[in-house]
Amino acid sequence: MTEFFQGLGLSYEWAWTVATIAGVLIISLLVMFSVAMVIYVDRKVLGAIMLRRGPNVVGPFGLLQSFADGLKVFLQETIIPSAANKGIFLLAPIITFTVALAAWAVIPFDAGVVLADINVGLLYILAISSLGVYGVVMSGWASNSKYPFFSAMRASAQMISYEVSIGFVLVCVVLFAGTFNMSGIVEAQRGFGLGIINGYVVHPLLFPMWVVFFISALAETARAPFDLTEAESELVAGYQTEYSSMAFALFWLGEYANILLMCSLNTLLFWGGWLPPLDIPVLYAVPGIVWFLLKTFMFFFMFSWIWATVPRYRYDQLMRLGWKVFLPMSLVFVAVISGYLMATGHFA
Amino acid sequence: MIQVFAFYLFAAIVVASAVMVIMARHPVHSVLWLIMAFFNAAALMVLVGAEFLAMLLVIVYVGAVAVLFLFVVMMLDIDFAAMRAGFIRNFPLGLLMAAILLAELLLAVGVYNAGGITLGVADGSAMQPATASNIEALGALLFGRYILLFEIAGIILLVAMIGAIVLTFQPPKPGARARQDIGKQIRRRPEDATVMKNPEIGQGVEL
Repeated sequence: MTEFFQGLGLSYEWAWTVATIAGVLIISLLVMFSVAMVIYVDRKVLGAIMLRRGPNVVGPFGLLQSFADGLKVFLQETIIPSAANKGIFLLAPIITFTVALAAWAVIPFDAGVVLADINVGLLYILAISSLGVYGVVMSGWASNSKYPFFSAMRASAQMISYEVSIGFVLVCVVLFAGTFNMSGIVEAQRGFGLGIINGYVVHPLLFPMWVVFFISALAETARAPFDLTEAESELVAGYQTEYSSMAFALFWLGEYANILLMCSLNTLLFWGGWLPPLDIPVLYAVPGIVWFLLKTFMFFFMFSWIWATVPRYRYDQLMRLGWKVFLPMSLVFVAVISGYLMATGHFA
Repeated sequence: MIQVFAFYLFAAIVVASAVMVIMARHPVHSVLWLIMAFFNAAALMVLVGAEFLAMLLVIVYVGAVAVLFLFVVMMLDIDFAAMRAGFIRNFPLGLLMAAILLAELLLAVGVYNAGGITLGVADGSAMQPATASNIEALGALLFGRYILLFEIAGIILLVAMIGAIVLTFQPPKPGARARQDIGKQIRRRPEDATVMKNPEIGQGVEL
């Protein structure tokens, strides 16, 4: 895009600046639009599984429901509890929202279609997603109310626990790919399985790691069955209890942007990103971004499906799964995979 | 030009946040300012081309250590009056530590200007960028030249971790509280726990 703005007669530095800002705006707008549509899909899937209709009033098939909701919260009053710590109370939803959008900077949507193609892309995502917990903890504490505070305590323990096993899963992927660059990881998956299947997930050593990653992604985004942070039967609405109107909407949008991010990470790290499922020339006729969106959408459908199907975990079971099952398992797999790669001469 | 501007921006924010860490009246605010300082220090590392270290700083310090700080500080029940009462008593100690830090800083700058070590260039410009990427260069050094030191550091951390577990672990007292056996819970079937009864109206149920 820099070349396009240079063509308009700008110097390289200015063209780069304008191109980057334009890229940021385009990605944020598209992510926000996808979030609005995906909330609609979530409610429709949930409705279908529960034998209801789901949203079907606003617009054709209820497609405009999310936009109507957005307009509604925009017109509502933001209520700040008098005992709340005002600055932090208002900062928390902003942090959640910003962090959820910032991680999209390194996600490649197609070959070369990425805002920042940096060498440490995967580490950047890990760093940014580890910041997500601050929004929850700060809102829970600043609300000065007991249920949000319980929720904040739960969230911080839960997110740190599952980040550890996610880290080890990412190490396994990086060992195979030999790079932290997101586009490099996707390219390394071309023809990985038997020279014809694109995607790491077909490898018998990486398939269990994908399962661990998928379940950890559910826990990291506090999605059912791990939605202990906003368990409505115990904590009212968790850390969001005291929030209203736009502040609440920012939490809502940030949460769904994070879920979409985790779905796209599943796609990029294990299912071949923008590459078609099979390495056959005719499949490359479909644009890469279509494959990327299809795969991401498939994972989002799985997220909704699980939400509608599985009952909530007990908190001690959640902690046990993270620390006593996933952590030892992923540690063993890091050792086994490095040994396997050395033995088969992968690094030679 | 833009680098200089970015450096002064990030450096100023680091210093200002560090000042706010000790000036903030509420401990939770102090921790949040500390996180701000960590974050901008990471930005400074990106500026000198150490992107790997910058990401590690954010992941380890901001993502894990500071969360635990915040966790602990939020749960403390702090008496602010008692905290300020100790200010005068601890003032000489604080002054002493400040003086030591200042002396060390001056010494370090002096040695650096004298050109004692060849890590960077004394006029303030950064070292020549390496040909290999950050991660490769660090990995080659850690697992090649400094393998022994690296492994020793690892062993020390492992010992510290096991030590912390041993110190805090309390074996359950015999007969204190039933422990949960997850396998047993999963194997339990509805038939083991429930019975279907179809009582007549006005009759009780005998279990």
